Amino acid sequence: MKTFKWIIGVVSFTTVGVLIIVRPLPFLFYPGLPYSGLFARALYIFILSCFLCLLRICRGPTSADRIVAIDILGIMIVGLCAILSISTARTWYIDIGIAWALQSFISTLALSKYLEGKGFDE
Amino acid sequence: MIDVIGLIFITVGLIFDFFGCLGLIRLPDVYNRLQASTKCVTLGTCGILFGTFLIIGFTAAGIKALLCIIFLILTAPVAAHAIARGAHRSGVNLCKDSIIDKYAQDKEGESVNETT
Amino acid sequence: MKSKIILFLVTFLVWCFLSWVPDFQHIIIGIVISAFVVFMMGDLFIGTPQLINQPQRYWYFIVDYVPVFLWECFKANLDVAYRVLHPRLPIKPGIVKAKTKLKTDAGLTFLANSITLTPGTMSVDIDKDNGCLYVHWINVKDADVKGATETIVRRFERILERIFE
Repeated sequence: MKTFKWIIGVVSFTTVGVLIIVRPLPFLFYPGLPYSGLFARALYIFILSCFLCLLRICRGPTSADRIVAIDILGIMIVGLCAILSISTARTWYIDIGIAWALQSFISTLALSKYLEGKGFDE
Repeated sequence: MIDVIGLIFITVGLIFDFFGCLGLIRLPDVYNRLQASTKCVTLGTCGILFGTFLIIGFTAAGIKALLCIIFLILTAPVAAHAIARGAHRSGVNLCKDSIIDKYAQDKEGESVNETT
Repeated sequence: MKSKIILFLVTFLVWCFLSWVPDFQHIIIGIVISAFVVFMMGDLFIGTPQLINQPQRYWYFIVDYVPVFLWECFKANLDVAYRVLHPRLPIKPGIVKAKTKLKTDAGLTFLANSITLTPGTMSVDIDKDNGCLYVHWINVKDADVKGATETIVRRFERILERIFE
């Protein structure tokens, strides 16, 4: 049963990957800049990973699973901001990334304290 | 030339990010998921930021990307540590393949001291 | 007092990097904000200021710690990729206990961070009074305290002992 599920997963992810690499849907990017086609494919891989995280947020049996997935989404969005800053040539996206990393770290600490069931001043 | 090296860093980082999210889906309990995803996503995002630094160069945005790498390496393990400790204290058990749980054994005696 | 001056310098440097192309107004506001942060934090940030002016510790940090850490980090990623992509998930998880000899806060923090980012291990809790770490290990090879200490902690402990103690 486990092997069967693994084969289904490999086939579906390979199909999606080949579709992304060979023939990406048109995305909002700036065609005059260098490497714009490559970064459009990178954004699609990011969207796929974010959907996997959202699946874990939906299905997670305990609240700890959901907090883990939220933490991981917060770290990945920093990378997304870095890629957007090259692919659109607007460097203030990096500032958004730094602010997002700070805010995500503090919110993760607050959520873990809530999970532990203690006050914030411990 | 330096652009190509930066693009290679970004691609490797993307692949590691994807593996981390796949580990979040496949592995059986909270602690294993936390391990796989924290390691892979932290190094993948640091690779993407380093590639960004190589492509942009020593400008204001490049230096900010380097600061962001240092910040992520210092804080991501601390967040994982906090989540793992909170999950164990709130009573999430390990999955049924696990062999040993020294922390639960040692916490039996400690909880008596905490209440006094 | 010394730790306050060092904290002021560090925060001011970070401010200058964040608002790069330093100009007059940025520097004035940076000095005010750094002084406020130092006034609020006090001696919390740097616990052992007597170790700051020993230059061989920085040398050990750059030459010994950073390359080992990056190499282990890369190996950890390959390890996780192998375990995730394998069809039968070759994991054997468990929480083990390990002893450590480090005492300072900075040393323990760096030790826990290194353990989290190296292959197959993640620190769950630190008991500072008894000097022991609880480590979640994805593929348990040694369940007892001594073997786990040898395998997990020893590799970084002998480097961090020279830097932070």
